[in-house]
Amino acid sequence: MKFKLLNIVRQLALMLLVIWTVVSLVTLLIELVPGSPAVTILGETATSEQIANFNAKHGLDRPAFFFSYTNSDGFVWNGADNRYSEYFSGLLHGDLGRSFRTDRPVLDMILERYPSTIELALASMLVAIAIAVPLGVLAGTNKNGIIDNAASFVALLGISLPTFVIGPFLVYIFAVHLGIFSPTGSAHPEDIVLPAVTLGAALSAILTRMIRSSVIEELGEDYVRTARAKGLSERTVVYKHVLKNGLIPVVTVLGLQLGVLLAGAIITEKIFSWQGLGLLLLEDGIAKRDYRLVQGCVLVISVTYIVANSLTDMVYRRLDPRIRLS
Amino acid sequence: MNRLTYIGLAIAAIVIIAAVFAPWIATHDVTSQDLALRFRSPSAAHWFGTDGLGRDVFSRVIFGARISLEVGITVVFVSTIFGTFIGAIAGFYGGWVDKILAGYIFNVFLAFPGLLLAIALVAFLGAGLGKLILALCIIGWVGYARVMRGQVLKVREYDFVQAAKALGAGNMRILFTHIMPNAIQPLIVQASLGMAGAVLSEASLSFLGLGIPPPAPSWGTMIEEARQYFAVYPHVLFFPGVAIALTVLAFNFIGDGLRQYLDPKQRTR
Repeated sequence: MKFKLLNIVRQLALMLLVIWTVVSLVTLLIELVPGSPAVTILGETATSEQIANFNAKHGLDRPAFFFSYTNSDGFVWNGADNRYSEYFSGLLHGDLGRSFRTDRPVLDMILERYPSTIELALASMLVAIAIAVPLGVLAGTNKNGIIDNAASFVALLGISLPTFVIGPFLVYIFAVHLGIFSPTGSAHPEDIVLPAVTLGAALSAILTRMIRSSVIEELGEDYVRTARAKGLSERTVVYKHVLKNGLIPVVTVLGLQLGVLLAGAIITEKIFSWQGLGLLLLEDGIAKRDYRLVQGCVLVISVTYIVANSLTDMVYRRLDPRIRLS
Repeated sequence: MNRLTYIGLAIAAIVIIAAVFAPWIATHDVTSQDLALRFRSPSAAHWFGTDGLGRDVFSRVIFGARISLEVGITVVFVSTIFGTFIGAIAGFYGGWVDKILAGYIFNVFLAFPGLLLAIALVAFLGAGLGKLILALCIIGWVGYARVMRGQVLKVREYDFVQAAKALGAGNMRILFTHIMPNAIQPLIVQASLGMAGAVLSEASLSFLGLGIPPPAPSWGTMIEEARQYFAVYPHVLFFPGVAIALTVLAFNFIGDGLRQYLDPKQRTR
Protein backbone atom coordinates (compact mmCIF):
# COMPACT_ATOMS: atom_id res chain seq x y z
CA MET A 1 0.00 0.00 0.00
CA LYS A 2 2.82 2.33 0.99
CA PHE A 3 4.66 1.40 -2.22
CA LYS A 4 1.56 2.06 -4.30
CA LEU A 5 1.02 5.47 -2.71
CA LEU A 6 4.66 6.37 -3.25
CA ASN A 7 4.34 5.46 -6.91
CA ILE A 8 1.26 7.65 -7.36
CA VAL A 9 3.00 10.55 -5.58
CA ARG A 10 6.06 10.10 -7.77
CA GLN A 11 3.92 10.10 -10.91
CA LEU A 12 2.03 13.18 -9.82
CA ALA A 13 5.32 14.93 -9.04
CA LEU A 14 6.66 14.10 -12.49
CA MET A 15 3.45 15.32 -14.10
CA LEU A 16 3.67 18.64 -12.22
CA LEU A 17 7.36 18.98 -13.14
CA VAL A 18 6.59 18.39 -16.80
CA ILE A 19 3.67 20.85 -16.70
CA TRP A 20 5.95 23.45 -15.06
CA THR A 21 8.56 22.98 -17.78
CA VAL A 22 5.97 23.18 -20.56
CA VAL A 23 4.49 26.35 -19.04
CA SER A 24 7.99 27.84 -18.76
CA LEU A 25 8.79 27.01 -22.37
CA VAL A 26 5.49 28.46 -23.58
CA THR A 27 6.02 31.58 -21.48
CA LEU A 28 9.44 32.12 -22.96
CA LEU A 29 8.35 31.33 -26.56
CA ILE A 30 7.35 34.95 -27.01
CA GLU A 31 11.04 35.87 -26.74
CA LEU A 32 11.61 34.07 -30.06
CA VAL A 33 9.50 36.60 -32.00
CA PRO A 34 11.83 38.45 -34.35
CA GLY A 35 11.63 42.18 -33.57
CA SER A 36 9.02 43.15 -30.99
CA PRO A 37 5.41 42.01 -30.69
CA ALA A 38 4.35 45.68 -30.38
CA VAL A 39 5.72 46.58 -33.82
CA THR A 40 4.23 43.40 -35.29
CA ILE A 41 0.78 44.26 -33.90
CA LEU A 42 0.79 48.04 -34.34
CA GLY A 43 2.70 48.11 -37.63
CA GLU A 44 5.87 49.84 -38.76
CA THR A 45 4.20 53.26 -38.67
CA ALA A 46 3.46 53.13 -34.91
CA THR A 47 4.89 56.02 -32.89
CA SER A 48 7.28 55.30 -30.02
CA GLU A 49 4.56 56.48 -27.63
CA GLN A 50 2.06 53.97 -29.00
CA ILE A 51 4.66 51.22 -28.71
CA ALA A 52 5.49 52.23 -25.12
CA ASN A 53 1.77 52.24 -24.22
CA PHE A 54 1.26 48.80 -25.78
CA ASN A 55 4.28 47.37 -23.97
CA ALA A 56 3.19 48.85 -20.64
CA LYS A 57 -0.37 47.53 -21.06
CA HIS A 58 0.77 43.98 -21.74
CA GLY A 59 3.69 44.03 -19.32
CA LEU A 60 6.19 43.78 -22.16
CA ASP A 61 8.19 46.71 -20.77
CA ARG A 62 9.45 44.52 -17.96
CA PRO A 63 12.39 42.13 -18.16
CA ALA A 64 11.61 38.68 -19.52
CA PHE A 65 13.12 36.60 -16.74
CA PHE A 66 14.74 36.76 -13.30
CA PHE A 67 18.07 37.55 -14.87
CA SER A 68 19.28 38.67 -18.25
CA TYR A 69 22.56 38.71 -20.11
CA THR A 70 23.87 41.29 -22.51
CA ASN A 71 27.31 41.67 -24.01
CA SER A 72 27.74 45.14 -22.51
CA ASP A 73 26.39 44.53 -18.98
CA GLY A 74 26.99 40.80 -18.54
CA PHE A 75 24.63 39.04 -16.13
CA VAL A 76 22.01 41.35 -14.59
CA TRP A 77 19.66 40.28 -11.80
CA ASN A 78 16.17 41.61 -12.53
CA GLY A 79 14.36 40.53 -9.37
CA ALA A 80 10.87 39.09 -9.11
CA ASP A 81 9.23 41.83 -11.18
CA ASN A 82 9.53 40.06 -14.50
CA ARG A 83 7.20 38.72 -17.19
CA TYR A 84 7.90 35.09 -16.39
CA SER A 85 6.83 35.30 -12.75
CA GLU A 86 3.91 37.55 -13.69
CA TYR A 87 2.60 35.04 -16.26
CA PHE A 88 3.01 32.27 -13.73
CA SER A 89 1.20 34.05 -10.92
CA GLY A 90 -1.53 34.96 -13.41
CA LEU A 91 -1.86 31.30 -14.35
CA LEU A 92 -2.27 30.30 -10.72
CA HIS A 93 -5.20 32.73 -10.57
CA GLY A 94 -6.67 31.34 -13.80
CA ASP A 95 -5.51 34.33 -15.84
CA LEU A 96 -3.87 33.70 -19.22
CA GLY A 97 -3.43 37.39 -19.95
CA ARG A 98 -5.26 39.58 -22.43
CA SER A 99 -5.36 39.21 -26.19
CA PHE A 100 -2.98 41.60 -27.96
CA ARG A 101 -5.61 42.20 -30.63
CA THR A 102 -9.01 42.18 -28.97
CA ASP A 103 -7.98 42.99 -25.39
CA ARG A 104 -10.31 40.23 -24.19
CA PRO A 105 -9.14 37.76 -21.52
CA VAL A 106 -7.47 34.87 -23.37
CA LEU A 107 -9.08 32.35 -21.01
CA ASP A 108 -12.58 33.50 -22.02
CA MET A 109 -11.72 33.17 -25.71
CA ILE A 110 -10.38 29.66 -25.15
CA LEU A 111 -13.30 28.52 -23.01
CA GLU A 112 -15.74 29.59 -25.73
CA ARG A 113 -14.04 27.30 -28.25
CA TYR A 114 -12.73 24.45 -26.14
CA PRO A 115 -16.02 22.47 -25.88
CA SER A 116 -16.26 22.24 -29.69
CA THR A 117 -12.77 20.72 -29.89
CA ILE A 118 -13.45 18.23 -27.09
CA GLU A 119 -16.73 17.30 -28.80
CA LEU A 120 -14.87 16.70 -32.08
CA ALA A 121 -12.12 14.66 -30.37
CA LEU A 122 -14.64 12.43 -28.57
CA ALA A 123 -16.74 11.95 -31.72
CA SER A 124 -13.64 10.93 -33.69
CA MET A 125 -12.75 8.47 -30.95
CA LEU A 126 -16.20 6.88 -31.29
CA VAL A 127 -15.76 6.65 -35.06
CA ALA A 128 -12.34 5.05 -34.59
CA ILE A 129 -13.71 2.43 -32.18
CA ALA A 130 -16.66 1.67 -34.45
CA ILE A 131 -14.28 0.99 -37.35
CA ALA A 132 -11.42 -0.65 -35.48
CA VAL A 133 -13.17 -3.23 -33.29
CA PRO A 134 -14.84 -5.26 -36.06
CA LEU A 135 -11.90 -4.81 -38.45
CA GLY A 136 -9.29 -5.74 -35.82
CA VAL A 137 -11.25 -8.81 -34.67
CA LEU A 138 -11.74 -9.99 -38.26
CA ALA A 139 -8.03 -9.57 -38.98
CA GLY A 140 -6.94 -11.25 -35.75
CA THR A 141 -9.25 -14.24 -36.13
CA ASN A 142 -8.18 -14.75 -39.75
CA LYS A 143 -4.45 -14.38 -39.13
CA ASN A 144 -2.43 -14.07 -42.35
CA GLY A 145 -5.56 -14.67 -44.43
CA ILE A 146 -6.92 -12.41 -47.14
CA ILE A 147 -9.09 -10.46 -44.67
CA ASP A 148 -6.09 -9.96 -42.38
CA ASN A 149 -3.89 -8.68 -45.18
CA ALA A 150 -6.65 -6.42 -46.47
CA ALA A 151 -7.31 -5.04 -42.96
CA SER A 152 -3.59 -4.44 -42.40
CA PHE A 153 -3.37 -2.63 -45.70
CA VAL A 154 -6.40 -0.47 -44.92
CA ALA A 155 -4.89 0.28 -41.50
CA LEU A 156 -1.56 1.38 -42.97
CA LEU A 157 -3.44 3.46 -45.52
CA GLY A 158 -5.34 5.15 -42.68
CA ILE A 159 -2.08 5.98 -40.91
CA SER A 160 -0.42 7.27 -44.07
CA LEU A 161 -3.24 9.37 -45.49
CA PRO A 162 -3.00 12.85 -44.01
CA THR A 163 -6.18 14.42 -42.66
CA PHE A 164 -5.86 17.25 -45.18
CA VAL A 165 -6.12 14.69 -47.99
CA ILE A 166 -8.89 12.56 -46.45
CA GLY A 167 -10.97 15.60 -45.42
CA PRO A 168 -11.36 17.25 -48.83
CA PHE A 169 -12.07 13.88 -50.47
CA LEU A 170 -14.83 13.14 -47.96
CA VAL A 171 -16.23 16.62 -48.62
CA TYR A 172 -16.09 15.97 -52.36
CA ILE A 173 -17.97 12.68 -52.12
CA PHE A 174 -20.44 13.27 -49.29
CA ALA A 175 -21.05 17.00 -49.49
CA VAL A 176 -20.49 18.03 -53.12
CA HIS A 177 -21.63 14.89 -54.95
CA LEU A 178 -24.09 13.16 -52.64
CA GLY A 179 -25.16 16.28 -50.74
CA ILE A 180 -25.65 14.34 -47.49
CA PHE A 181 -23.60 16.66 -45.27
CA SER A 182 -22.64 20.29 -45.46
CA PRO A 183 -19.01 20.84 -46.51
CA THR A 184 -18.05 23.12 -43.63
CA GLY A 185 -19.33 24.65 -40.42
CA SER A 186 -20.99 23.29 -37.31
CA ALA A 187 -24.53 24.62 -37.53
CA HIS A 188 -26.32 21.23 -37.56
CA PRO A 189 -25.71 18.20 -35.32
CA GLU A 190 -24.82 15.99 -38.32
CA ASP A 191 -22.08 18.43 -39.38
CA ILE A 192 -19.75 16.66 -36.98
CA VAL A 193 -19.75 13.42 -39.01
CA LEU A 194 -17.23 14.35 -41.73
CA PRO A 195 -14.73 16.08 -39.38
CA ALA A 196 -14.99 13.17 -36.92
CA VAL A 197 -14.35 10.56 -39.62
CA THR A 198 -11.43 12.62 -40.97
CA LEU A 199 -9.84 13.02 -37.55
CA GLY A 200 -10.63 9.46 -36.46
CA ALA A 201 -9.22 7.72 -39.56
CA ALA A 202 -5.62 7.55 -38.35
CA LEU A 203 -6.67 6.48 -34.85
CA SER A 204 -8.90 3.75 -36.24
CA ALA A 205 -5.90 2.45 -38.18
CA ILE A 206 -3.72 2.35 -35.05
CA LEU A 207 -6.50 0.69 -33.04
CA THR A 208 -7.16 -1.91 -35.73
CA ARG A 209 -3.54 -3.02 -35.60
CA MET A 210 -3.55 -3.12 -31.83
CA ILE A 211 -6.79 -5.09 -31.59
CA ARG A 212 -5.49 -7.50 -34.22
CA SER A 213 -2.31 -8.34 -32.32
CA SER A 214 -4.21 -8.37 -29.01
CA VAL A 215 -6.72 -10.88 -30.39
CA ILE A 216 -3.93 -13.05 -31.83
CA GLU A 217 -2.12 -13.04 -28.51
CA GLU A 218 -5.23 -13.80 -26.44
CA LEU A 219 -6.35 -16.60 -28.80
CA GLY A 220 -3.21 -18.49 -27.79
CA GLU A 221 -4.04 -18.36 -24.07
CA ASP A 222 -5.14 -21.38 -22.05
CA TYR A 223 -8.51 -19.92 -21.10
CA VAL A 224 -9.48 -19.80 -24.77
CA ARG A 225 -8.77 -23.52 -25.10
CA THR A 226 -10.86 -24.12 -21.99
CA ALA A 227 -13.72 -22.03 -23.35
CA ARG A 228 -13.61 -23.89 -26.65
CA ALA A 229 -13.44 -27.22 -24.82
CA LYS A 230 -16.58 -26.25 -22.92
CA GLY A 231 -18.29 -26.14 -26.28
CA LEU A 232 -18.76 -22.38 -26.54
CA SER A 233 -19.27 -21.05 -30.02
CA GLU A 234 -16.30 -19.30 -31.66
CA ARG A 235 -18.34 -16.09 -31.65
CA THR A 236 -18.82 -16.24 -27.87
CA VAL A 237 -15.16 -17.11 -27.34
CA VAL A 238 -14.01 -14.13 -29.38
CA TYR A 239 -16.49 -11.49 -28.32
CA LYS A 240 -17.09 -12.49 -24.68
CA HIS A 241 -13.63 -13.67 -23.63
CA VAL A 242 -10.89 -12.66 -26.02
CA LEU A 243 -12.08 -9.15 -26.77
CA LYS A 244 -12.67 -8.38 -23.07
CA ASN A 245 -9.05 -9.12 -22.21
CA GLY A 246 -7.67 -7.82 -25.46
CA LEU A 247 -9.22 -4.41 -24.96
CA ILE A 248 -7.06 -3.43 -21.95
CA PRO A 249 -4.17 -2.09 -24.05
CA VAL A 250 -6.68 -0.47 -26.38
CA VAL A 251 -8.13 1.56 -23.50
CA THR A 252 -4.64 2.86 -22.83
CA VAL A 253 -4.08 3.85 -26.42
CA LEU A 254 -7.41 5.67 -26.42
CA GLY A 255 -6.33 7.70 -23.40
CA LEU A 256 -2.95 8.48 -24.92
CA GLN A 257 -4.55 9.38 -28.24
CA LEU A 258 -6.95 11.91 -26.75
CA GLY A 259 -4.09 14.40 -26.61
CA VAL A 260 -2.99 13.53 -30.14
CA LEU A 261 -6.55 14.09 -31.34
CA LEU A 262 -6.67 17.49 -29.66
CA ALA A 263 -3.49 18.52 -31.47
CA GLY A 264 -4.55 16.85 -34.74
CA ALA A 265 -7.87 18.66 -34.52
CA ILE A 266 -6.03 21.84 -35.55
CA ILE A 267 -5.81 20.63 -39.17
CA THR A 268 -9.29 19.08 -39.22
CA GLU A 269 -10.81 22.26 -37.81
CA LYS A 270 -9.15 24.26 -40.56
CA ILE A 271 -10.47 21.94 -43.29
CA PHE A 272 -14.05 22.06 -42.04
CA SER A 273 -14.03 25.56 -40.51
CA TRP A 274 -14.94 23.86 -37.24
CA GLN A 275 -15.06 26.60 -34.61
CA GLY A 276 -12.77 24.97 -32.07
CA LEU A 277 -9.54 25.74 -30.28
CA GLY A 278 -7.40 24.79 -33.30
CA LEU A 279 -9.10 27.34 -35.54
CA LEU A 280 -8.80 29.94 -32.78
CA LEU A 281 -5.06 29.22 -32.60
CA LEU A 282 -4.61 29.40 -36.37
CA GLU A 283 -6.92 32.21 -37.43
CA ASP A 284 -7.07 34.50 -34.43
CA GLY A 285 -3.70 33.61 -32.92
CA ILE A 286 -1.06 32.82 -35.51
CA ALA A 287 -2.52 34.58 -38.57
CA LYS A 288 -3.13 37.82 -36.62
CA ARG A 289 0.10 37.43 -34.65
CA ASP A 290 -1.75 37.59 -31.36
CA TYR A 291 1.09 35.96 -29.46
CA ARG A 292 -0.66 36.04 -26.09
CA LEU A 293 -3.53 34.03 -27.56
CA VAL A 294 -1.08 31.59 -29.20
CA GLN A 295 0.61 31.10 -25.83
CA GLY A 296 -2.74 30.39 -24.17
CA CYS A 297 -3.92 27.91 -26.82
CA VAL A 298 -0.61 26.00 -26.89
CA LEU A 299 -0.63 25.88 -23.11
CA VAL A 300 -4.18 24.58 -22.79
CA ILE A 301 -3.71 21.89 -25.47
CA SER A 302 -0.38 20.77 -23.99
CA VAL A 303 -1.63 20.61 -20.42
CA THR A 304 -4.73 18.64 -21.50
CA TYR A 305 -2.41 16.26 -23.34
CA ILE A 306 -0.11 15.81 -20.33
CA VAL A 307 -2.96 15.30 -17.87
CA ALA A 308 -4.74 12.82 -20.19
CA ASN A 309 -1.50 10.87 -20.68
CA SER A 310 -0.60 10.77 -17.00
CA LEU A 311 -4.08 9.72 -15.93
CA THR A 312 -4.16 6.99 -18.57
CA ASP A 313 -0.80 5.75 -17.40
CA MET A 314 -2.02 5.58 -13.81
CA VAL A 315 -5.26 3.83 -14.77
CA TYR A 316 -3.32 1.34 -16.88
CA ARG A 317 -0.99 0.52 -14.01
CA ARG A 318 -4.08 -0.03 -11.86
CA LEU A 319 -5.72 -2.28 -14.48
CA ASP A 320 -2.76 -4.45 -15.34
CA PRO A 321 -0.96 -6.01 -12.38
CA ARG A 322 2.01 -7.02 -14.55
CA ILE A 323 2.83 -3.37 -15.25
CA ARG A 324 2.11 -2.38 -11.63
CA LEU A 325 4.57 -4.88 -10.24
CA SER A 326 7.31 -4.18 -12.75
CA MET B 1 10.78 -9.19 -45.98
CA ASN B 2 7.13 -9.14 -47.00
CA ARG B 3 5.63 -7.98 -50.26
CA LEU B 4 4.51 -4.62 -48.87
CA THR B 5 8.13 -3.79 -47.97
CA TYR B 6 9.18 -4.30 -51.59
CA ILE B 7 6.26 -2.16 -52.77
CA GLY B 8 7.43 0.50 -50.29
CA LEU B 9 11.00 0.28 -51.56
CA ALA B 10 9.81 0.59 -55.17
CA ILE B 11 7.67 3.67 -54.42
CA ALA B 12 10.48 5.25 -52.38
CA ALA B 13 12.89 4.65 -55.27
CA ILE B 14 10.50 6.37 -57.69
CA VAL B 15 10.13 9.36 -55.33
CA ILE B 16 13.91 9.61 -54.91
CA ILE B 17 14.49 9.42 -58.67
CA ALA B 18 11.80 12.10 -59.20
CA ALA B 19 13.48 14.33 -56.62
CA VAL B 20 17.02 13.89 -57.93
CA PHE B 21 16.18 14.24 -61.61
CA ALA B 22 13.33 16.75 -61.17
CA PRO B 23 14.72 19.35 -63.63
CA TRP B 24 14.89 16.70 -66.38
CA ILE B 25 11.58 15.00 -65.58
CA ALA B 26 9.47 18.16 -65.11
CA THR B 27 7.80 19.23 -68.33
CA HIS B 28 7.27 22.90 -67.44
CA ASP B 29 8.75 25.62 -65.28
CA VAL B 30 7.22 25.24 -61.80
CA THR B 31 6.67 28.93 -61.14
CA SER B 32 5.70 30.23 -64.58
CA GLN B 33 2.06 31.33 -64.53
CA ASP B 34 -0.36 31.57 -67.40
CA LEU B 35 -3.83 32.65 -66.36
CA ALA B 36 -5.18 31.69 -69.79
CA LEU B 37 -4.40 28.07 -68.87
CA ARG B 38 -6.11 28.04 -65.44
CA PHE B 39 -7.57 24.77 -64.17
CA ARG B 40 -6.94 22.75 -67.33
CA SER B 41 -7.85 19.09 -66.94
CA PRO B 42 -5.12 16.47 -67.40
CA SER B 43 -4.06 16.29 -71.06
CA ALA B 44 -1.06 15.42 -73.24
CA ALA B 45 0.35 18.91 -72.74
CA HIS B 46 -0.26 18.97 -68.97
CA TRP B 47 -0.28 15.41 -67.64
CA PHE B 48 -1.78 16.35 -64.27
CA GLY B 49 -3.57 19.47 -65.53
CA THR B 50 -2.91 23.02 -64.35
CA ASP B 51 -3.66 24.87 -61.11
CA GLY B 52 -5.45 28.14 -60.32
CA LEU B 53 -2.53 30.20 -61.64
CA GLY B 54 -2.09 28.10 -64.78
CA ARG B 55 1.01 26.31 -63.45
CA ASP B 56 1.72 22.74 -64.51
CA VAL B 57 0.66 20.41 -61.67
CA PHE B 58 2.85 17.48 -62.82
CA SER B 59 6.04 19.57 -62.72
CA ARG B 60 5.09 20.98 -59.32
CA VAL B 61 4.41 17.51 -57.91
CA ILE B 62 7.81 16.33 -59.20
CA PHE B 63 9.64 19.29 -57.65
CA GLY B 64 7.54 18.83 -54.50
CA ALA B 65 9.26 15.47 -54.04
CA ARG B 66 12.53 17.38 -53.77
CA ILE B 67 11.24 19.57 -50.93
CA SER B 68 9.71 16.62 -49.09
CA LEU B 69 12.84 14.51 -49.32
CA GLU B 70 15.13 17.43 -48.53
CA VAL B 71 13.19 18.11 -45.33
CA GLY B 72 12.75 14.42 -44.53
CA ILE B 73 16.38 13.43 -45.00
CA THR B 74 17.77 16.46 -43.14
CA VAL B 75 15.38 16.02 -40.22
CA VAL B 76 16.02 12.27 -39.96
CA PHE B 77 19.80 12.72 -40.26
CA VAL B 78 20.11 15.48 -37.66
CA SER B 79 17.59 13.87 -35.28
CA THR B 80 19.29 10.48 -35.55
CA ILE B 81 22.77 11.87 -34.81
CA PHE B 82 21.61 14.01 -31.91
CA GLY B 83 19.10 11.51 -30.51
CA THR B 84 21.53 8.60 -30.76
CA PHE B 85 24.21 10.58 -28.96
CA ILE B 86 21.92 11.66 -26.10
CA GLY B 87 20.31 8.21 -25.85
CA ALA B 88 23.71 6.54 -25.73
CA ILE B 89 24.87 8.84 -22.95
CA ALA B 90 21.69 8.21 -20.94
CA GLY B 91 21.88 4.44 -21.32
CA PHE B 92 25.62 4.09 -20.93
CA TYR B 93 26.23 6.26 -17.90
CA GLY B 94 22.94 5.47 -16.14
CA GLY B 95 22.42 6.87 -12.63
CA TRP B 96 21.71 10.58 -12.34
CA VAL B 97 22.57 11.29 -15.97
CA ASP B 98 19.89 8.80 -17.05
CA LYS B 99 17.39 10.09 -14.48
CA ILE B 100 17.74 13.65 -15.78
CA LEU B 101 17.80 12.74 -19.48
CA ALA B 102 15.36 9.84 -19.74
CA GLY B 103 13.33 10.52 -16.61
CA TYR B 104 12.84 14.22 -17.18
CA ILE B 105 14.00 15.68 -20.51
CA PHE B 106 12.60 12.86 -22.68
CA ASN B 107 9.31 13.12 -20.80
CA VAL B 108 9.11 16.86 -21.37
CA PHE B 109 9.59 16.46 -25.13
CA LEU B 110 7.13 13.59 -25.26
CA ALA B 111 4.67 15.61 -23.22
CA PHE B 112 4.19 18.09 -26.06
CA PRO B 113 2.08 16.85 -28.95
CA GLY B 114 4.76 16.91 -31.70
CA LEU B 115 2.78 18.82 -34.28
CA LEU B 116 1.68 21.42 -31.74
CA LEU B 117 5.28 22.08 -30.66
CA ALA B 118 6.31 22.48 -34.30
CA ILE B 119 3.35 24.82 -34.92
CA ALA B 120 4.25 26.85 -31.83
CA LEU B 121 7.92 27.13 -32.77
CA VAL B 122 7.22 28.15 -36.36
CA ALA B 123 4.47 30.55 -35.20
CA PHE B 124 6.94 32.41 -33.01
CA LEU B 125 10.08 32.02 -35.16
CA GLY B 126 8.38 32.74 -38.48
CA ALA B 127 7.93 30.48 -41.52
CA GLY B 128 10.78 29.24 -43.72
CA LEU B 129 12.62 26.07 -44.73
CA GLY B 130 15.41 26.33 -42.14
CA LYS B 131 13.03 27.09 -39.27
CA LEU B 132 10.72 24.28 -40.34
CA ILE B 133 13.61 21.80 -40.33
CA LEU B 134 14.76 23.10 -36.93
CA ALA B 135 11.26 22.68 -35.47
CA LEU B 136 10.94 19.14 -36.85
CA CYS B 137 14.37 18.20 -35.47
CA ILE B 138 13.41 19.55 -32.05
CA ILE B 139 10.36 17.28 -31.98
CA GLY B 140 12.07 14.36 -33.73
CA TRP B 141 15.27 13.57 -31.83
CA VAL B 142 13.66 12.14 -28.72
CA GLY B 143 12.30 9.07 -30.53
CA TYR B 144 15.83 8.04 -31.55
CA ALA B 145 17.18 8.83 -28.10
CA ARG B 146 14.66 6.49 -26.50
CA VAL B 147 15.41 3.66 -28.90
CA MET B 148 19.16 4.09 -28.46
CA ARG B 149 18.91 4.27 -24.68
CA GLY B 150 16.89 1.05 -24.58
CA GLN B 151 19.39 -0.74 -26.80
CA VAL B 152 22.38 0.46 -24.82
CA LEU B 153 20.77 -0.66 -21.56
CA LYS B 154 20.22 -4.08 -23.09
CA VAL B 155 23.55 -4.53 -24.84
CA ARG B 156 25.81 -3.18 -22.11
CA GLU B 157 24.98 -6.15 -19.93
CA TYR B 158 26.08 -8.66 -22.57
CA ASP B 159 29.14 -10.76 -21.88
CA PHE B 160 31.21 -9.39 -24.73
CA VAL B 161 30.80 -5.85 -23.40
CA GLN B 162 31.76 -6.96 -19.91
CA ALA B 163 34.76 -8.75 -21.44
CA ALA B 164 35.82 -5.61 -23.32
CA LYS B 165 35.52 -3.67 -20.07
CA ALA B 166 37.64 -6.25 -18.24
CA LEU B 167 40.27 -5.98 -20.98
CA GLY B 168 40.50 -2.28 -20.22
CA ALA B 169 38.68 -0.82 -23.23
CA GLY B 170 37.70 2.84 -22.79
CA ASN B 171 34.08 4.03 -22.60
CA MET B 172 34.12 5.52 -26.10
CA ARG B 173 35.61 2.37 -27.61
CA ILE B 174 33.00 0.20 -25.89
CA LEU B 175 30.21 2.53 -27.00
CA PHE B 176 31.27 2.86 -30.63
CA THR B 177 32.74 -0.52 -31.47
CA HIS B 178 30.68 -2.84 -29.29
CA ILE B 179 27.36 -1.29 -28.37
CA MET B 180 26.58 0.88 -31.42
CA PRO B 181 26.67 -1.87 -34.09
CA ASN B 182 24.19 -3.85 -32.03
CA ALA B 183 21.83 -0.93 -31.67
CA ILE B 184 21.78 0.05 -35.35
CA GLN B 185 18.90 -2.18 -36.46
CA PRO B 186 16.10 -0.61 -34.41
CA LEU B 187 17.49 2.81 -35.32
CA ILE B 188 17.08 2.01 -39.02
CA VAL B 189 13.44 1.08 -38.40
CA GLN B 190 12.94 4.28 -36.41
CA ALA B 191 14.60 6.33 -39.18
CA SER B 192 12.33 4.86 -41.83
CA LEU B 193 9.19 5.61 -39.79
CA GLY B 194 10.72 8.99 -38.90
CA MET B 195 11.09 9.76 -42.59
CA ALA B 196 7.36 9.15 -43.08
CA GLY B 197 6.63 11.35 -40.07
CA ALA B 198 8.88 14.18 -41.28
CA VAL B 199 7.37 14.20 -44.79
CA LEU B 200 3.88 14.27 -43.25
CA SER B 201 4.78 17.01 -40.76
CA GLU B 202 6.33 19.19 -43.47
CA ALA B 203 3.20 18.82 -45.59
CA SER B 204 0.96 19.48 -42.58
CA LEU B 205 2.81 22.65 -41.58
CA SER B 206 2.90 23.86 -45.19
CA PHE B 207 -0.84 23.14 -45.42
CA LEU B 208 -1.37 25.30 -42.33
CA GLY B 209 0.67 28.07 -43.98
CA LEU B 210 3.50 27.58 -41.49
CA GLY B 211 5.93 25.69 -43.68
CA ILE B 212 7.63 26.60 -46.88
CA PRO B 213 6.00 29.75 -48.26
CA PRO B 214 4.56 29.87 -51.81
CA PRO B 215 5.41 29.81 -54.68
CA ALA B 216 7.68 26.88 -53.67
CA PRO B 217 5.90 23.69 -54.79
CA SER B 218 5.51 21.99 -51.40
CA TRP B 219 2.82 19.31 -51.55
CA GLY B 220 1.14 20.70 -48.42
CA THR B 221 1.03 24.21 -49.87
CA MET B 222 -0.35 22.87 -53.16
CA ILE B 223 -3.19 21.13 -51.31
CA GLU B 224 -3.98 24.26 -49.33
CA GLU B 225 -4.09 26.33 -52.52
CA ALA B 226 -6.24 23.74 -54.31
CA ARG B 227 -8.70 23.30 -51.44
CA GLN B 228 -10.95 26.24 -52.25
CA TYR B 229 -11.52 25.09 -55.87
CA PHE B 230 -11.62 21.42 -55.01
CA ALA B 231 -15.34 20.92 -55.59
CA VAL B 232 -15.04 22.06 -59.22
CA TYR B 233 -11.43 21.12 -60.06
CA PRO B 234 -10.56 18.05 -57.97
CA HIS B 235 -7.46 17.14 -60.04
CA VAL B 236 -5.49 20.05 -58.59
CA LEU B 237 -5.76 18.51 -55.12
CA PHE B 238 -5.80 14.88 -56.16
CA PHE B 239 -2.24 14.59 -57.49
CA PRO B 240 -0.29 16.22 -54.65
CA GLY B 241 -2.58 14.32 -52.24
CA VAL B 242 -1.71 11.01 -53.85
CA ALA B 243 1.99 11.98 -53.88
CA ILE B 244 2.02 12.63 -50.12
CA ALA B 245 -0.02 9.53 -49.32
CA LEU B 246 2.19 7.26 -51.46
CA THR B 247 5.44 8.66 -50.08
CA VAL B 248 4.32 8.36 -46.46
CA LEU B 249 2.86 4.93 -47.15
CA ALA B 250 6.12 3.79 -48.76
CA PHE B 251 8.29 4.74 -45.79
CA ASN B 252 5.74 3.25 -43.38
CA PHE B 253 5.78 0.00 -45.40
CA ILE B 254 9.57 -0.06 -45.30
CA GLY B 255 9.75 0.69 -41.56
CA ASP B 256 7.05 -1.84 -40.78
CA GLY B 257 8.60 -4.52 -42.96
CA LEU B 258 12.05 -3.96 -41.51
CA ARG B 259 10.68 -4.14 -37.99
CA GLN B 260 9.05 -7.46 -38.70
CA TYR B 261 12.13 -8.72 -40.50
CA LEU B 262 14.50 -7.70 -37.73
CA ASP B 263 12.29 -8.90 -34.88
CA PRO B 264 12.14 -12.71 -34.83
CA LYS B 265 9.15 -12.66 -32.48
CA GLN B 266 7.07 -10.68 -34.98
CA ARG B 267 8.38 -12.68 -37.93
CA THR B 268 6.83 -15.88 -36.71
CA ARG B 269 3.53 -14.25 -35.86
